[in-house]
Amino acid sequence: MKEDLEKHRDGKGNCQAEADQAYWQASLRVVCGLLGAWFLVSLGAGILFRDWLDASFPRVGAAPFGFWMAQQGAIIGFIMILLVYKIWMSRLDEKFAGEEEGE
Amino acid sequence: MSQEIWNYLFIGLSFALYIGIAIKSRAASTKEYYTAGGGVSPLANGMATAADWMSAATFISMAGSLAVSGYDGSRFLMGWTGGFVLLTVLMVPFLRKFGKATVPDFVGDRYYSKAARFVAVVCAIFICLTYIMGQMRGVGIVFSQLFELSIAQGVWIGGGIVFFYAGLGGMKGITYTQVAQYCVMAFAYTIPAVFIALVLTGNVIPQLGFIGSYQPDGGQVSLLEKLNQINTELGFREYTSGKMSQLDLFCVTAALMCGTAGLPHVIVRFFTVKDVRAVRTSACWTLSFIAVIYLTAPAIGAFSRVNLVESLNDRAYTEAPEWLARFEKTGQMVFDDKNGDGVIQYRADPESNELSFGSDIMIMANPYMGETPKWVIALLMAGCIAAALSTAAGLLLVLSTSISHDLMKKIVKPGLTDREEIRYARLASLGALLVAVYFGINPPSEFIAQTVAFAFGLAASSFFPTLLMGIFSRRMNKQGGIAGMLAGIGFTLGYIIYFQFLGGERSDYLLGISPAGIGVIGMLINFGTAFLVCRLTPAPPEEITELIDRVRSPRTNDLTGPQGH
Repeated sequence: MKEDLEKHRDGKGNCQAEADQAYWQASLRVVCGLLGAWFLVSLGAGILFRDWLDASFPRVGAAPFGFWMAQQGAIIGFIMILLVYKIWMSRLDEKFAGEEEGE
Repeated sequence: MSQEIWNYLFIGLSFALYIGIAIKSRAASTKEYYTAGGGVSPLANGMATAADWMSAATFISMAGSLAVSGYDGSRFLMGWTGGFVLLTVLMVPFLRKFGKATVPDFVGDRYYSKAARFVAVVCAIFICLTYIMGQMRGVGIVFSQLFELSIAQGVWIGGGIVFFYAGLGGMKGITYTQVAQYCVMAFAYTIPAVFIALVLTGNVIPQLGFIGSYQPDGGQVSLLEKLNQINTELGFREYTSGKMSQLDLFCVTAALMCGTAGLPHVIVRFFTVKDVRAVRTSACWTLSFIAVIYLTAPAIGAFSRVNLVESLNDRAYTEAPEWLARFEKTGQMVFDDKNGDGVIQYRADPESNELSFGSDIMIMANPYMGETPKWVIALLMAGCIAAALSTAAGLLLVLSTSISHDLMKKIVKPGLTDREEIRYARLASLGALLVAVYFGINPPSEFIAQTVAFAFGLAASSFFPTLLMGIFSRRMNKQGGIAGMLAGIGFTLGYIIYFQFLGGERSDYLLGISPAGIGVIGMLINFGTAFLVCRLTPAPPEEITELIDRVRSPRTNDLTGPQGH
């Protein structure tokens, strides 16, 4: 592994390091965005803003909106978040893998 | 055919299936024993993780606690699914790249010290043990119901079966049996719900019936309104509003979520697929499979609440349905005729309430109350056993790995052979199981989901912050990591023990946060301590920062395996 680390540093090392940095920044943005959504659908909608949502949003079937988010809506939201994550990260992977085709 | 014969038939068949699969895919090497050789497809891994994840707490306890506490039960629904988002976006892709077989392994390497590895092993042991206690309780309840024994006897029988079963195949065997177990669990959970939904709401889909109308009264009111009416009449809080404080509910939910992302036995699951891409796909599948059950749970909770009250409350004891006797026999439902009128009065007020039962029994009573066919009840029994077995087996595996691999091989006796290592693993699981059986008979809390919630609090306060900082902070050093883990888990464990075992009063809760939610505060303490100590001590060596950079790189697939580029 040590040899490998050294290989990593020589020659193209610099430009690779920059690409890695850009990839990391981009994935951090994805993570932050999705964590925001995660917080909003669960702890936000289901607990913190529950009363407000119950009062001012249309019911889902017979359930008040905030209550429904806490019991069922949040779970559906989580699945969508993971789907978006999977698609988004695959695109990022492809984009950054494409840039170093010459390796 | 009688109910007993149906039960034995279904349970016997499902066991034959699991054991058949386990024998067919016996582990040949330690790598296969721990991570199934890394070659499981994302779909199969998703199902297996879902089965591993959905324990007795989910399967047996969750619907019951929803039935009893209504909106407050949402903490389990959101907590145990939301954690998967954290796990997937923050943890597993990076840990997978690191390519270590266990969580203490990662901690030991990332924090470059044996002390860190040792602390991590101790944390893993505490977390897994607490978790298994809940499972053993679940197994005990099912077996006591099945053979009409006391819960203690049920726990002993269950413990024996789990031990035999977990030692059988290692991770490879477990992964494929868990796929079968998921299928059994999914059918066992949803089919009774479909039958009852049809009767109560006229909707075949229980998830929709939950937000639909209540049919037996003519369909004028919705199911939820009906529940609110029932609860108010008997003196309980409305079903759709809870009695926990908002802060407590928030903390418990957050602790369950962060705990999920720090649970060693779940993280390890994602090491069984081939690369990071497969990890993401697998996580999507896992959550979807879990959602099948979690979206049904609120419906089952609501149905069983209505059915329980409608079939027992204000009814003469002599006219009570015959299943009541079944649950009375094992001591899981108790009728105490306080006013001597021979009528069952179920009330919120403990003075006048005459019917008491553990919320854990609701899921098993549900098909009886809904008067579903006998085979449906038998299927449910098989599902309960699958749920408890699959999780207990997965946990025992992680626990024994922590002891044999991380403690014995990496710290105490480095020259251990593969064969000896597996022998230590089996010894460790026997020891762990005995402790779990003891606490299964003398549970640390009133219902399974609560006991399991403690395990999550411990994970949230120890592994979650430590792993997170290990991945996202290049500056975090061993002193910070170790101090953080110790402070976090020490505080949380102390708080739980004080209030659950040493008789601390509810009124002394810190900010009104119950022991199940204190993990969040423990987590903040972990973060705080780690950053403080880290500022005062030298930066980690260069190899470590380079290692972190490589884990963050898109080209790295597995630092230990053959290099991908």
